[in-house]
Amino acid sequence: MRTPKELRIPRQRKPITLQGILKQLLCLFLSLLVLAPLYLVVVNSFKTKNDSARMNLSLPKEWLFSNYADVFEKANLMTGFLNSMIYALVSTTIGVLLCSMAAYVLSRKRTKLNNFVYYFFVCGLFFPVNYITLVRVFQWINLTNTRTGIILVFTSAMIPFCVFTIYSFVETIPRELDEAAVIDGASPTRLFFQVVLPLLKPTIFTCFVLQFMGVWNDFLTPLYLSSKSKLFPMTMSVYQFFGRESSHWNYVFADIVMTIIPVIAVYAIGQKYIIGGVTAGAVKG
Amino acid sequence: MNKKKVYPQWFLLAPLALYVVFFLFPSLLGLFYSFTDWSKNTPKAGLHFIGLDNYAEIFTSSNNYAFGIANTLKFTVVSNIVKIVPALFLAIILFEGLRGMGAYRTIFYMPSIIPFVIIGILFTSVLNFKNGMLNNALEAIGLGTLKQKWLSDLNVVWKSIYMVDAWRGIGYVMTIFMTGLSTIDKTYYEAAKVDGANFWQRLWHVTLPMMRGAIMINLVFGITYGLKVFDIVYVLTNGGPGHATEVMTTYSFQLYGAGKYGLSTAFNSILLLITAIAGIVIVRVMSRKGEV
Repeated sequence: MRTPKELRIPRQRKPITLQGILKQLLCLFLSLLVLAPLYLVVVNSFKTKNDSARMNLSLPKEWLFSNYADVFEKANLMTGFLNSMIYALVSTTIGVLLCSMAAYVLSRKRTKLNNFVYYFFVCGLFFPVNYITLVRVFQWINLTNTRTGIILVFTSAMIPFCVFTIYSFVETIPRELDEAAVIDGASPTRLFFQVVLPLLKPTIFTCFVLQFMGVWNDFLTPLYLSSKSKLFPMTMSVYQFFGRESSHWNYVFADIVMTIIPVIAVYAIGQKYIIGGVTAGAVKG
Repeated sequence: MNKKKVYPQWFLLAPLALYVVFFLFPSLLGLFYSFTDWSKNTPKAGLHFIGLDNYAEIFTSSNNYAFGIANTLKFTVVSNIVKIVPALFLAIILFEGLRGMGAYRTIFYMPSIIPFVIIGILFTSVLNFKNGMLNNALEAIGLGTLKQKWLSDLNVVWKSIYMVDAWRGIGYVMTIFMTGLSTIDKTYYEAAKVDGANFWQRLWHVTLPMMRGAIMINLVFGITYGLKVFDIVYVLTNGGPGHATEVMTTYSFQLYGAGKYGLSTAFNSILLLITAIAGIVIVRVMSRKGEV
């Protein structure tokens, strides 16, 4: 709640200066650099194969909306979409919930052991995942080529970031609340789920949105852990499709548009949590 | 209030178990396997300890694996400089109250939400020598001499990777800086202005010291991202042309594909060591300055 408000900057009407105009021009130019490649994708996704191979920014001579229907069939997008959705939704929900519980206890009860556990979690921010041995571990516990296995890996990988982020937020919630709830007779679990958890909403949303997009965009994990195409998330299907149809740029572009719509949607909905909340607590220092 | 009872320790169990089994244990196991000849054929041949042979191969073999380590380190340094410095100035420009600030912030941030795979495919098109948008644009504005084989010329390919990486990442870094800027009390700037400080003096004596937190976060995320970089290299060049843009993770992935698990995991263990050192240094610096 606190960060988006702080980010609002009082609007001042300034006199127009040369410096101001130059800054505007610079920002316009940079926006163009960002948007041009995205425009290229959209506009070419409606062209014929030969026109799209020229990869220019002109509007299509005729708009081939059928490209989208073709690609939807050919690229097996539905399977990829559902897989990505399951991976991202389930792993992020579990991950954020578990991390809130852990961060809450670690922040409130700072015993020597708990401080150690906190740093133990946070050091995972730095370490790389060893996928080669992870494949081995999967074989031992029979998780090879299962959705459960992939979800558990995604959940584990987000623990360091989420614990780190939520931990610093828990500190801002007054302990008096806990005491009041305990005096009112709330059990420890009720105290957390009904009193504290609702107050963690802003940081939980931040973690959820960032990790959801992170899982959606992840490429390395499925590359190592799934050998069956029915387990591929969208990132894998789009890559495979590009390999097969690299001469059909119109199809490739249509595939790209359909693959990024979900992340753009999540971004649009969750934007204020990302922009205000990227570890706001830690930034304050 | 009895803390022992109020804050249940079992809340830690599930995340700890997951973190250990799927994150930490594989890394330690990797360390163990890096001293063996573990490979695709191991079930038949059995596993043997070969001491430091894998490490020796990485540093001495004619395949020039060590080059991949150097590339990873180079990428970490350069990619962070080309993102952090422009992002800082961009954040300051926007924060000083430019009209349309909100829209610019949304636009600049957008590339960082796009999957790497898609950025890779997209820029394979944009950087295409014959028809790509970049070369076309250069030609159109009369700078045709600057046209390049962006992804296949040995002298240019790293610059292309840094360029695409900056395209993707500057908005993200900028956003963290803007959060940092929003925590600085405006009166400091007013005081500095009264004292007649110019832009650079204000930057050096007010903005940067007050933004330690934001700078730290950007360095932590940037350095760990750089050391673990895989996606952007894999999708743009897959280590090529030849092995010019190979980094540690791409080598590790290739060796895994080739069935040389022991060697692959030795690569991963070196990366683990480097990130651990980076982590210790960063945490030391942070705790000394009273952050975190």
